Amino acid sequence: MRNKKLVNYAKYGYLFSIPFILAFCIFTLYPVVYTFVIGFTDLKGLANTDWGILPFKDPKTGEAWYIFKNFKEVLGSQTFAKAFRNTWIIWIMNFIPQITFGLLFTAWFTDRRSKVKGQGLFKILFYMPNIITAATIAMLFNVMFQFPKGPVNDLMGGIAKLFGHTREPYQYLLKEWPVKGIIAFIQFFQWYGHTMVNLIAGVIGISPEIFEAAEIDGANRVQTFFRITIPCIRQILLFVLVTALIGGLNMFDVPQQFINTQADNAGLTTNMYIRNQAFSGSYLYNRAAAASVILFLVIVFFSMILFFIMRDKDEARLKKLRKQELKAAKKGF
Amino acid sequence: MADVSKSSIERSDKVLRVIIYIVSIFFSILTLFPFFLMFINATRSSAEIQRYAVSFISEHPIQNLQRNWAVFNGKDFHPATGFLNSFIISTGATILNVYFSSLTAYAISAYEWKFRDTFNAIIMAIMMIPGTVTMIGFYQAVYKLGLTNKLSMLILPAIAAPMTVFFMRQYLQATLSMEIVQSARIDGAGEFRIFNQIVIPLMKPAIATQAIFGYVASWNQLFTPLILLTNKKKATLPMMVDLLNGDIYRTEFGSIYLGLSITVLPLIIVYAFLSRYIVEGVALGGVKS
Repeated sequence: MRNKKLVNYAKYGYLFSIPFILAFCIFTLYPVVYTFVIGFTDLKGLANTDWGILPFKDPKTGEAWYIFKNFKEVLGSQTFAKAFRNTWIIWIMNFIPQITFGLLFTAWFTDRRSKVKGQGLFKILFYMPNIITAATIAMLFNVMFQFPKGPVNDLMGGIAKLFGHTREPYQYLLKEWPVKGIIAFIQFFQWYGHTMVNLIAGVIGISPEIFEAAEIDGANRVQTFFRITIPCIRQILLFVLVTALIGGLNMFDVPQQFINTQADNAGLTTNMYIRNQAFSGSYLYNRAAAASVILFLVIVFFSMILFFIMRDKDEARLKKLRKQELKAAKKGF
Repeated sequence: MADVSKSSIERSDKVLRVIIYIVSIFFSILTLFPFFLMFINATRSSAEIQRYAVSFISEHPIQNLQRNWAVFNGKDFHPATGFLNSFIISTGATILNVYFSSLTAYAISAYEWKFRDTFNAIIMAIMMIPGTVTMIGFYQAVYKLGLTNKLSMLILPAIAAPMTVFFMRQYLQATLSMEIVQSARIDGAGEFRIFNQIVIPLMKPAIATQAIFGYVASWNQLFTPLILLTNKKKATLPMMVDLLNGDIYRTEFGSIYLGLSITVLPLIIVYAFLSRYIVEGVALGGVKS
């Protein structure tokens, strides 16, 4: 009886999914497939219609695996290596303080004994940079670090004067590590509040009885935090880590607006490299596509980890039970 | 003995509380300072800024504001056009995003159909793959559809937003009872009508949350429009920021600050009204532990 009814309505399941599937195929699936294919071709130059898949063997030397030429070129490129390395370095420089302060504020704002007043306002303030256009913030920081007269140089000079020193203005935007550091700081500035809000939500979800029991057993703040809070929000911590990592690997707006390719590519990220290959200079679509595929595979690898974390365990168990029931019912008849 | 340890705990509580306030206030200042500086310097002349870049007050705010604004004229920076384009894109994309994500989520949670689980798994799997890495293919798709340099190419992809579908599905699973749907069916309502008149109102809180985030994300995107919109009349507000980066503004710092302020102002106004819902909404989007 129950099954019959469900079969009746199944067609609406398909019907209501059609818009999504259509848009998905056009704007996601097709681009993915196209980009993959282009990675194996000789497509370059604007408005080029005379292109094809690379032969398996090099037509001149007869060397095998010629079809992977673009990938070899990307992986052998010093600029790509630098961009990939920069992306990871900047991400790590931003993520460590981000998670540290995220956890610190979480511990403080959820502490049962301190009951920090005005924490609602603090949360709202800390989260604010996250909704502001990244490009604008990056540009703003660029102007703030100008040489020789910029807000930061002026402030530092003023502080030095207070202590009776003189300080020469510093060329922040020409040096490799200050550039990387500032980009990492902008990312931190935009995301620590977001991380904190996510973690606080996780802690609020923990049953208060656990904390009460810990208190009765005489656990102090630090013990409670590391032995109870952290293990209880393990899933959310992983979620934050993986989403931050995927976002970090795709870093584009901030370094692009902040420094572009200046300071000897100190802020060049993988996505900037792809854009520069494909949409400027000699329009090397094939090489950009190969670089995209490489980045894509790295992201898929980490997405799969996330997928594994977020799968609904209760639902999986229920489904298994239902299947078993069905089987038992069939056997019964 | 017990009294001593109790008072020492109280003292350490007090010390901790002071530390918490100091650090929190420091971070609040750190957050507000760049924006504060930006708004103040927007009302200062480039000469004033060159003399001393950090100030709490402008000498002739109105005059300077007018002068800084005048610098935009004759250059490609047209905030009104950028604002309008961003507004059209974000509004269109948000409406499509929340409506079709709700519809898709409803299709997955309310009906049992053959490929439902596969479909759901695909949505989960692609959720995290951002469009930026497949830009070359996206460009080709847009070109084949004849949508190059049209705003709709930034609006239509919002129909398929896996992240929102995932969120909506979580929400529906917690709130939708099939009894309501069944009784509506008995009353003779069609499936599509049930969705529009019963399920959509039921999902209002989730829709509000996702609409805010969708709007902000759409408003702030730079990568796609920067590459695909080459017609200057179609430039979005974040693309205007990119223009400020050019050489023509090299020494016009007052105008740069003003331009940046213009791109931020709408967001700050929206945030002032909706911040509570936004901060709560972030928490809703996370995983259940």
